[in-house]
Amino acid sequence: MLLHYVFKRILMLFPVLLGVTFLVFAIISLTPGDVAAMILGQNATTESVGKLRGEMGLNDPLPVQYGRYLEGMLHGDMGTSYATRKPVSDEILARFPNTLRLAILSIIISVTLSIPVGIVSAIKQYSLWDNMGMILALVGISMPSFWLGLMLIIAFSLGLGWFPSGGADKWTSIILPAITLGVASTASIARTTRSSMLEVIRQDYIRTAKAKGVSKVKVILRHALRNAIIPTLTVIGLEFGELLGGAILTETVFSWPGIGRLMVDSIQRKDTPMVLGSVVVFSVAFSLVNLAIDILYAFVDPRIKTNYQKKGAAR
Amino acid sequence: MRGNRTGSEIDGGAETKGGGRAGYVWRRFRKNRLAMVGLAIIVLLIGVAIFADLIANYHDKVIKINIGIRHQAPSLAHFFGTDEFGRDIFARVVHGTRISLFVGLISVGIALFFGGGLGAVAGYYGGKIDTVIMRLLDVLLAIPVILLAITIIASLGVSIINLMIAVGVANIPGFARVVRGAVLGVKGNEFIEAAKAIGSPNYKIILAHVLPNCFAPIMVYATLKVATAIMATAGLSFIGLGVKPPTPEWGSMLSAGRGFIRDHVHEVFFPGLAIMMSVLSLNMIGDGLRDALDPRLK
Repeated sequence: MLLHYVFKRILMLFPVLLGVTFLVFAIISLTPGDVAAMILGQNATTESVGKLRGEMGLNDPLPVQYGRYLEGMLHGDMGTSYATRKPVSDEILARFPNTLRLAILSIIISVTLSIPVGIVSAIKQYSLWDNMGMILALVGISMPSFWLGLMLIIAFSLGLGWFPSGGADKWTSIILPAITLGVASTASIARTTRSSMLEVIRQDYIRTAKAKGVSKVKVILRHALRNAIIPTLTVIGLEFGELLGGAILTETVFSWPGIGRLMVDSIQRKDTPMVLGSVVVFSVAFSLVNLAIDILYAFVDPRIKTNYQKKGAAR
Repeated sequence: MRGNRTGSEIDGGAETKGGGRAGYVWRRFRKNRLAMVGLAIIVLLIGVAIFADLIANYHDKVIKINIGIRHQAPSLAHFFGTDEFGRDIFARVVHGTRISLFVGLISVGIALFFGGGLGAVAGYYGGKIDTVIMRLLDVLLAIPVILLAITIIASLGVSIINLMIAVGVANIPGFARVVRGAVLGVKGNEFIEAAKAIGSPNYKIILAHVLPNCFAPIMVYATLKVATAIMATAGLSFIGLGVKPPTPEWGSMLSAGRGFIRDHVHEVFFPGLAIMMSVLSLNMIGDGLRDALDPRLK
């Protein structure tokens, strides 16, 4: 029955993806200026521009162009870069693992740091630890990642020489960008964990568990955390999406060869197919993460599971 | 403030003390030390933005190139030092306050107007209208805000106006959700039914009765969103998609100073600090407002 839910949730993904790709395609197609003229340069004749427009299908109405783009995408064809004349999908496939690696390491750092901090802050509400932790968290979500990145470069690569200041040549290259990217999500996951923990530990069943003599650690980990984790999961999902978006800035600061930097470079080069491809890949990844989180809910929260079992049994 | 009397009994107790609900919220807000610090910082920043021209002359210090004094370290003559063109960084940060606060407020205004409108209509009418609006906005929500903003600027072109449009539009779905939720909460009240019974037109009910009672959650959300809008503005300018030089914008100052971080840390330190202080103060105020308006968790 859980499978039924998962399947339904995956089906719901398609209209959203269609909408996202169409929207991005439409926005980017609004870009003023003749693409064919831009590719051919200033010396091109009107006839050759017109010919290229015809070849590229730029004279067709927008929905037709979108349909063609979509059809290509189903075959893994995302068009040809204006700048390199190579397939967009090749470049994206080469770069995407780097962005993913960065985002995954960041989220691992965030989750391992933030959840314990949030739990302890909630248990010791209004203590020195709690106050310090929450002020730090507030600073963390208020710090611009690109500035933090520059400060880390100044301190740890230019100053102490521990890590490289950019690129992806050494295995240590990923450390500074991952920290930079992870700070904001660490802060907001910690804040959410704290407030959902606070809500849960006031519930009657926690008092019951304590009253019947369950050890304090067990009450927190077994009884409280399991219920408090659900809002936290939502935030982790949202933050992972934010990480993908934040990667655009962080990759620029650290010259990290991911999709974010590819997108920024492509915008500056007016390489529309590459921009479109990167935005589409980002949005698809974002939607997939949200899907994964929704499915994970069903496993963590038995209420969702039983909801579906009841429906299945009724049928 | 008619509708709020239906709220919790704490309200009633506070109202007898005088000052009404606003007074009650203010008293709670004032007790929150972080929120008061945030308020002090933002009042200072607004003052700086208004009196920027009195603090530093725009032409002489902010945009005039003065090669003789480039890359100077902070000193009494130049509190934050000078940049690669010999411009005073303190003066540029001061005038940057104007731009950041302005762009932040206008873009949130755009998002509030359109997103709030859509959300109010969706929440008030419900049914099919609600489904259609919210499904369409779900599509927008599937794109991270900064990515949507980048896409819009990439197609409209780089300018301050387009920047405000992009950040504003990217925030529309969020505002629609929040306002819709708030409207749903207010819609069931008896005074709405009463307004309908005496034959008030729907648009009047929404504007005069529903929205004023949704003020609290919208206010909190808008405060927090001005903070993220300021951050997004700086970020977009940092990657060359926001405010263009020589206009003194914090993000583009950071981007310009990036090439000199080895020897001239001050050129990136101070603009970044300004971004952080403004975002931090708004976040403190937003948190404080939320706690003051919704006393459940504290």
